[in-house]
Amino acid sequence: MEVEAVDEGVIGKILIDADTDNVAVNTPIALLLEDGEDSASLDNYDASGGSENTAKEEEAASAKEESSNSSASASSSGSSVSTGVDAYDASGEIPEGTEMVKMSVREALRDAMAEEMRSDERVFVMGEEVAEYQGAYKVTQGLLDEFGAKRVIDTPITEHGFAGVGVGAAFHGLRPIVEFMTFNFAMQAIDQIVNSAAKTRYMSGGQMASPMVFRGPNGAASRVGAQHSQCFAAWYAHVPGLIVVAPHTAADAKGLLKSAIRDANPVIFLENEILYGQSFDVPVLDDFTIPLGKAKVARSGDDVTIVSFGMGMTYALEAAEKLAEEGVNAEVIDLRTIRPLDMDTIIASVQKTNRCVTVEEGWPQHGVGAELSAQIMEKAFDYLDAPVLRVSGKDVPMPYAANLEKLALPSVREVIDAVNAVTYRS
Amino acid sequence: MAKKASTTRRKTKKVDKEEIQKYYRDMLLIRRFEEKAGQIYGMGLIGGFCHLYIGQEAVVVGMQSAITEDDAVITSYRDHGHMLACGMDPKGVMAELTGREGGYSKGKGGSMHMFSKDKNFYGGHGIVGACVPLGTGLAFSQKYQDTGNVTLCYMGDGTVNQGQVYESFNMAELWDLPVVYVIENNEYAMGTSVKRASSQPELFRRGESFNVPGEQVDGMDVFAVAEAGRKAVEWARSGKGPYILEMKTYRYRGHSMSDPAKYRSKEEVNKKRAESDPIEKVREKLLNEKIYTEDELKEIDKEVKSIVAQAVEFAQESPEPHPDELMTDIVA
Repeated sequence: MEVEAVDEGVIGKILIDADTDNVAVNTPIALLLEDGEDSASLDNYDASGGSENTAKEEEAASAKEESSNSSASASSSGSSVSTGVDAYDASGEIPEGTEMVKMSVREALRDAMAEEMRSDERVFVMGEEVAEYQGAYKVTQGLLDEFGAKRVIDTPITEHGFAGVGVGAAFHGLRPIVEFMTFNFAMQAIDQIVNSAAKTRYMSGGQMASPMVFRGPNGAASRVGAQHSQCFAAWYAHVPGLIVVAPHTAADAKGLLKSAIRDANPVIFLENEILYGQSFDVPVLDDFTIPLGKAKVARSGDDVTIVSFGMGMTYALEAAEKLAEEGVNAEVIDLRTIRPLDMDTIIASVQKTNRCVTVEEGWPQHGVGAELSAQIMEKAFDYLDAPVLRVSGKDVPMPYAANLEKLALPSVREVIDAVNAVTYRS
Repeated sequence: MAKKASTTRRKTKKVDKEEIQKYYRDMLLIRRFEEKAGQIYGMGLIGGFCHLYIGQEAVVVGMQSAITEDDAVITSYRDHGHMLACGMDPKGVMAELTGREGGYSKGKGGSMHMFSKDKNFYGGHGIVGACVPLGTGLAFSQKYQDTGNVTLCYMGDGTVNQGQVYESFNMAELWDLPVVYVIENNEYAMGTSVKRASSQPELFRRGESFNVPGEQVDGMDVFAVAEAGRKAVEWARSGKGPYILEMKTYRYRGHSMSDPAKYRSKEEVNKKRAESDPIEKVREKLLNEKIYTEDELKEIDKEVKSIVAQAVEFAQESPEPHPDELMTDIVA
C-alpha cells in the first residue's frame, strides 16, 4: 500500500521501511525535523508503536484460541487523553485473493454454529423451535438432521429457566448456545444472564465461569409493535463480565459467531431479523474467525467519522454514499463488538476527521452513542471541531402504525443532517 | 406421583458406627463454625449479609452422605454448611466471610458467593430461585456427558414460590435429568411463614404438576435424611429423572445477622431446640449405644473447636485482597 504523508518538512528519521505491509492507520512512519534540529538527535527515538503492533497482530492471529481477544481489550476505560492510538486494521482478516461466496446472514450464522459443533462436542444449541421447526427464523435449519436431538434441543417456552440451565451447563464444562426467539423475550432471563452468567467469574475469584453464547434477533423488525421492537445493545453493554457483539454483514456474523462460541466468556450475540435475509460476500475458508473486541473501518474517509453497528450500518453506509455525491467523504466504522469497545479505532479516526456522528436504532438516553460521545470527549477533546451528534431511535416505545414506526427509527436523512451539522454545512 | 413417605420415622436400618461418628463430627463442625461466624460478625470482622445454618445441620450432612465426591452440589445463600459438608476448607470459607485474600473467592464473593471447582460445589447464589435452573443445568451437563453423576440442588421454602423453580421442574422431568431438589423448609422465608406464603404448604407436592415425585422427610433427623437421600439419589442416578425431598427443619437464628426475629416467639425456638436438636439426637445415640464415652465426645468437641479457631485465626491473618485484584477475573 502506498501512503502519502500529510505534513510537509524535512525527514529526520524513517520509522517504517519502504514496502512494509499492513501498517496501521495513524502509525508514525517518519519523524520530521524541527527548526534547527539535527537528525542525529533522533537516533534514540523508540518507535513505541512497534512492539504493541506485534502484540496486536499476534493477538488477532490467536483469535481461535478461546478468550484471547476479548480479555486484552476489556480493561476499564481510562480518562487519559489518547494521542498515539493504533487503529485496528481489519483488512488482514480475509487474505488477499480468497474466494468469496454470496451468502445470507442467516446461512452464515447457521454455518458458524455447524462448524463449531463439528469441531467441539461440548457445543450444543438450545431454545424455542430450534430443532424440529428448524428455527423460528430458520437460523438453525438443518442442525437437527446433522447433530441430532441431543445437541439441538427444543425447549418449552421458558426463557428464564432455559437460560439458567444453559449457564449451569456452562459452569459444568459445556459450551451452550442459547437461542432466544428474539431478545425481547430474554428480558425474562436477564437475571440469569447478568447475575449468574456475567458475575460468576468475578464472584468465584476466577474459579468458575460461563463460556457460552446467548443469541437471537435484536431490535426492531417490522410492524411488530413496542414489545417486540427494542435494541438491547446498551443494556448488556453496561454489564462487566459480558461480551456484546452485533454484526452487520454475513462475513462478520460468521467470523464473530465462531469466535463467540470459542470465547471463555458469556457473549451476547445480537442479530437482526431484517438482516437475516440480506446477502454479503463471505470468504471460503476452512476456519474463518474474526476477533471479538475489534471494530472495522467499513468505508474510509477524511471529513467525518460515522460510528454504528448492526442494522444501524445500513443507514450509515447509505448516508455515506449520498454524502460522497455531495463531496463529503465520510469514514464509517462498524463497531461489531459493543463491549469491549474498540475505542482506539474510533479515536484514531476522530483524530483524522475531527467530527463524529453515532448511529443506532436503540433509545438515545444512556445509549451506545451516549457512551461513545463521552469517551470521545474524554480521549480526543482537543481533536473535535464540533460536538459529537447522536442519531438514534426516538425516545418512545415502538409504535405500530407504519408511518409512526418509520418516524421512530433513525433514517438516512437524519444521518446526513447530523453530518451536515458537524461539518457546518447546514 | 408425590407421596408422603413415613413423615418422620425412619425404618430400622442398621447404621454403621463410622457413619454415626461422621454425622456427629460433620454437624458439630458446622454448628461451631456458624456460632463463631456469628460471634465475629458481632465483632465487625464480617460485613454485609451473613445467613447462619444453625439448626439445619442434619439436612446437608445427611444428604451429602448419599452422594459421591464427583456429584455436584449447588445452593442458595445460606451456604456455609453446604461448603463444609462438601469438604471445603473451613479456613478458606471463614477467610471469604472476612473478605480476605485467602478466601475461596479471594475475598471478592463474600458469604453468599463461594465456589469450589475441586469439591464440585457450584455456589453460593444470592438471588432466591436462581440456583434451581443452574442446578438443573449441572444435571443437564452430567447427562449430556454421560458422567453417571447427580446434582443436589438445595433451596429454601421461600424459593419454591419463584417461577423459575417450576420451569426447572418441567425441563428436568421432560429430559430425565439426574437432579435431586432438596427443599429445606425451615418454616420461614425471612419473616414470612410458609402458611402465609404458600397456597400449597406441603412443599414436597410442588412437583405434582410435572410428574416429579416428592417426599417429606424429618430434616432434624440425620438418619432419616440420609436414608431418603440415598433413595432419591438412586432414583436420579438410575435415569428416572428428578426427585423432590422436602426437609422439615428449623433455623435457630434469625434470617440473617440483622434479623430481630419478631415473627416468631422465643418459646417456639426454645421448644424446637430442646426437643429436636439434630446434633443432640446423635449425641444421645452415640452414648446410649456406647459408641463413644462422654470423654471421647469432649475430645471431639475440642478438636472441632480447634479447627474453627484455626479458621478464624487464618481469616484474620490473611491480608485483604491486593488493590490490583479489583480489576481481575472479570473476563478471561
